[in-house]
Amino acid sequence: MTDFPILSLTTFLPLVGALLILVTRGDDAFVARSARILALITSTVVFLLSLYIWFNFDRTDPGFQFEENAEWMPSLKIGYRMGVDGISMTFVLLSTLLTPICILASWEAITVRVKEYMIAFLVLETLMVGTFCALDFLAFYVFFEGVLIPMYLIIGVWGGARRVYSAIKFFLYTLLGSVLMLLAILAMYNQAGTTDIPTLMQTHFDPGMQKWLWLAFLASFAVKVPMWPVHTWLPDAHVEAPTAGSVILAGVLLKIGGYGFLRFSLPMLPDASVYFTPLIYTLSVVAVIYTSLVALAQEDMKKLIAYSSVAHMGFVTAGIFSLNQQGIEGALFQMLSHGVVSGALFLCVGVVYDRLHTREIGRYGGLVNNMPRYAFAFMIFTMASVGLPGTSGFIGEFLVMVGVFKDNTWAAFFIATGVILGAAYMLWLYRRVIFGELTKPDLKNFLDLSPREIALFVPLIAIVLWMGIYPSSFTAIFGPAVDNLIKTHQTALLHTQQTNVAQAGASGSGE
Amino acid sequence: MDAWIVLLPLVGALIAGLGNRRLGDKPAMYITTGLLLASAVMSWIVFFDVNFGGTPRTTVLFSWFSTGDFKADWAIRVDQLSAVMLVVVTTVSSMVHVYSIGYMGHDHSKPRFFAYLSLFTFAMLMLVTADNFVQMFFGWEGVGLCSYLLIGFWFHKPSANAAAIKAFVVNRVGDFGFALGIFGVFMIFNSVQFETVFAAVPDQVGKTFHFLSWTPDVMTTLCILLFIGAMGKSAQVPLHTWLPDAMEGPTPVSALIHAATMVTAGVFMVCRLSPMFEFAPDAKLVVTVIGASTAFFAATIGLTQFDIKRVIAYSTCSQLGYMFFAAGVGAYGAAMFHLFTHAFFKALLFLCSGSVIHAMSDEQDMRKMGGIYKLIPWTYALMWIGSLALAGIGIPGVYGFAGFYSKDSILESAFAAHSGVGMYAYWLGILAAVMTAFYSWRLLFLTFHGKPRADHHTMEHVHESPWVMLVPLIVLAVGAVVAGIAFAPYFVGEHMEAFWGEALFFAPDNHVPHEAHEVPTWVALLPLLAGLVGIGFSFIAYMKRTDLPAKIAAAFGPIYTFVYRKWLFDELFDATLVNPAKALGRVLWKGGDGKIIDGLGPDGISQVTVDLARRASKLQTGYVYHYAFAMMIGVVALVSWYLVAFRG
Repeated sequence: MTDFPILSLTTFLPLVGALLILVTRGDDAFVARSARILALITSTVVFLLSLYIWFNFDRTDPGFQFEENAEWMPSLKIGYRMGVDGISMTFVLLSTLLTPICILASWEAITVRVKEYMIAFLVLETLMVGTFCALDFLAFYVFFEGVLIPMYLIIGVWGGARRVYSAIKFFLYTLLGSVLMLLAILAMYNQAGTTDIPTLMQTHFDPGMQKWLWLAFLASFAVKVPMWPVHTWLPDAHVEAPTAGSVILAGVLLKIGGYGFLRFSLPMLPDASVYFTPLIYTLSVVAVIYTSLVALAQEDMKKLIAYSSVAHMGFVTAGIFSLNQQGIEGALFQMLSHGVVSGALFLCVGVVYDRLHTREIGRYGGLVNNMPRYAFAFMIFTMASVGLPGTSGFIGEFLVMVGVFKDNTWAAFFIATGVILGAAYMLWLYRRVIFGELTKPDLKNFLDLSPREIALFVPLIAIVLWMGIYPSSFTAIFGPAVDNLIKTHQTALLHTQQTNVAQAGASGSGE
Repeated sequence: MDAWIVLLPLVGALIAGLGNRRLGDKPAMYITTGLLLASAVMSWIVFFDVNFGGTPRTTVLFSWFSTGDFKADWAIRVDQLSAVMLVVVTTVSSMVHVYSIGYMGHDHSKPRFFAYLSLFTFAMLMLVTADNFVQMFFGWEGVGLCSYLLIGFWFHKPSANAAAIKAFVVNRVGDFGFALGIFGVFMIFNSVQFETVFAAVPDQVGKTFHFLSWTPDVMTTLCILLFIGAMGKSAQVPLHTWLPDAMEGPTPVSALIHAATMVTAGVFMVCRLSPMFEFAPDAKLVVTVIGASTAFFAATIGLTQFDIKRVIAYSTCSQLGYMFFAAGVGAYGAAMFHLFTHAFFKALLFLCSGSVIHAMSDEQDMRKMGGIYKLIPWTYALMWIGSLALAGIGIPGVYGFAGFYSKDSILESAFAAHSGVGMYAYWLGILAAVMTAFYSWRLLFLTFHGKPRADHHTMEHVHESPWVMLVPLIVLAVGAVVAGIAFAPYFVGEHMEAFWGEALFFAPDNHVPHEAHEVPTWVALLPLLAGLVGIGFSFIAYMKRTDLPAKIAAAFGPIYTFVYRKWLFDELFDATLVNPAKALGRVLWKGGDGKIIDGLGPDGISQVTVDLARRASKLQTGYVYHYAFAMMIGVVALVSWYLVAFRG
């Protein structure tokens, strides 16, 4: 591979676009228009750049690729290090794919402070991509925390009626977890003397200390995922966020939690991960069943989808901690799939929200009569959400359950009930919005999808089916990395065992 | 060619579905129908090739899953068992396509309807040609989706929407078991390929594994889990409640999906997995008991219903029960034979009822029919053929309609099992046979005979269906007339072993298929007698003493109501599952999320913070020495803590 710093370019190019938008001058209409166009161009170029990563990624190499190293704070052994492996690469693409879609989705919906909005989105993209590329814990932390700020602004400035309450709730929840993680990072730095992630993966931490570090990580990641019971910020944030905000929130930000477990908790804290697996299973099972039931009772479209997100992420956390190939690959796949599908579902809500400005399910009905294309797109994503084989949703859910079943049949049994409940609430939603007679007068003049909206949905539908019919193009990417992760994990466990035996032996002979 | 049989319907579905309005109605109908006819012709060629001397084969399209050892391909497996299913599915489906050209003539969304029908056929073919559990599950859920879409085809009807969701969700309950079964199979065998798994089954006999909190027998547990999936799809008690409601869909759909093909997927599955079930005798007991109970239970409800389609739907449910208890006692050939013949005559009956409904201006209530046999003679004659086949009428040793051979074979097998559950199945089966004949002729008499009960206006419009609808009926009727006598020697008779090859597995100690031919004469004749008795009762009750049914209903008061209300299964499930789930969701949302988590969490904390801030603001007096004093206290506290903690 060349020295071409593709990852840094992908990460920071959006900032350049943001800068260009910032310096645009002229009357309001001109600024708004050029901000939209500049943002779209920038994010599209970034997406194309990221395709370079996709095509040039060595699918046999389980380690980090496209690595970049630069000194940052050499005296403290803190560097600027970037790199992607099979686990993080797909998330980079997910972020770069969803950003232009979000910008296109906000084209007409956002009319005030367009310039600032677009800047926020581009900054957000930089931070998201950076989060997945960073190979230095401090850099990761900066990106990871930084993501909060533009998201907070997007909800707080362009959100709905209760936007301030939601934005603050979102911010406080996530910040609380982050503080604990920072402490954990410092503690690890203290022992290893570096914040370099690959080095930390090799470092062995004392099992007792691992538990504390693990809990600190959990506090941060669990909020992001979100796991039950720290999920209540999500429905509120979604409800108040503008459509594109919801798409990014559900599509990418929730994945950072799952990514964190895979990148940090599992490889760095192997013993604690095994120790706490029952806790994760319990929380995941509760998340799946509890939030599915809650979703059944929702009257607000976005809340329903938000609760379904929590349930789907419950599959992810369970899969990660099943600690076998199927479970982890399933969790990764489920995250990608959920990123696309829930993003698309929020876009679906956005389409009708733009027309009627309400999210209340009862206000809709019979849309299939005048919006058949919309009904078709919505149906595909509904089916993907309920995990119909042939769509992306099935692969992730199914693999997760295969993996969890091998590890713990009770957990798999309970999680599988989510598949029944998921069908119930999604079909119930679809029926109330789409099917039935078109009787409500304010719906009768709705137009079907515009070309711009079709352009949003077509690529997403294609991806959903592609992932469902030929998932190998994705599992081939993270397969080797996951395999490597599991092997390293097992070696680490073995190491602890041997140390324990040796210690026991030593103390035994000493007497 | 194998792949084209499966893929042509998909091509048709895509053309009709995506072309939709631009394509126009006629091209959409003719393209899908034409492709399906082509697929049907190829299926028959493949069937005669594979089942009469050819070799089974598998065409791998491309890899689907590959994560660690969990590997599955998209594959087209054609062996004797799937070849039988191919002809059943494509024949009935192509006939239903042709019929729908006429039946759906006045509908506004013809391309959508034909796209769904073809998509369904594709999914069903993927199911029967799977060479691994996961592709089977793909087809399984795929047909479920199409069933959902087609039941709810008339989306403006709330009842249709409710029925569609019910069908999907109840099927999901079954699929829950199926999925757990697949996970279990993978855990035990480390593969989801049929061949690999079947080869390793004998090693697992008698072993136990850790499942939930118990350590049950491996094969029994896996087979029962998989069978739960079959119960959902094939509408066996207690997962049958969706099937009668599914009659909300257009009648061709009922004929194709809810009579001939999709609902038989469960029976197919048990036969496909015969190498597993043969090593799980306890699971086979369960299959037998559930099958026999359903055969009986559904028939009782069929006696009381007045909706012409619902009567046939309960009849389907009951006949599926027959197939299951045949498989349960180990007579897989008989089960598949009945599946085969049933597909013809039950699709015929449904399509005939569609023709009646068409003639009666969309009336489905038999109480508002009667006296129309002269007006629609073709439909009337064809419905007789279907009913004769269903009731299994024939002359022993000479000739019989299709059901005569297959149903007898099932009942003889049940008797030949010489087991408690075998006898249970045999006698319930005989009782169900009486009822089957009774409700079939009740349907014929109520619909076609007696005085017209429809209003004048409707009666004026009664008309025979056009040829495009009658020809498929005639084709299916030919099946109902000859399928039994022509294929009995192959499915269950002397050529059985050559016909099935390795596709069906019989354990060495399973003698049922052979002993079924050696049962006492009365055992073999009783089913026929049962059918004749049923017809006789029906004739008396609905032709001679027409006051009798009302009197009987009154005499049996509460029991009649109980049966008429379908044994109150719907009410039971609503009260114990559906409503509690909804209520619980609301409680968890408002109480769990709102009061407890938010109340103690963010909202509570922010409230406390606000309170503290308010109190703290009271401390802000503005005098510098107050602050200085507070700082002093802080410093002292810190220093003392430091000294105590680290120096002490």
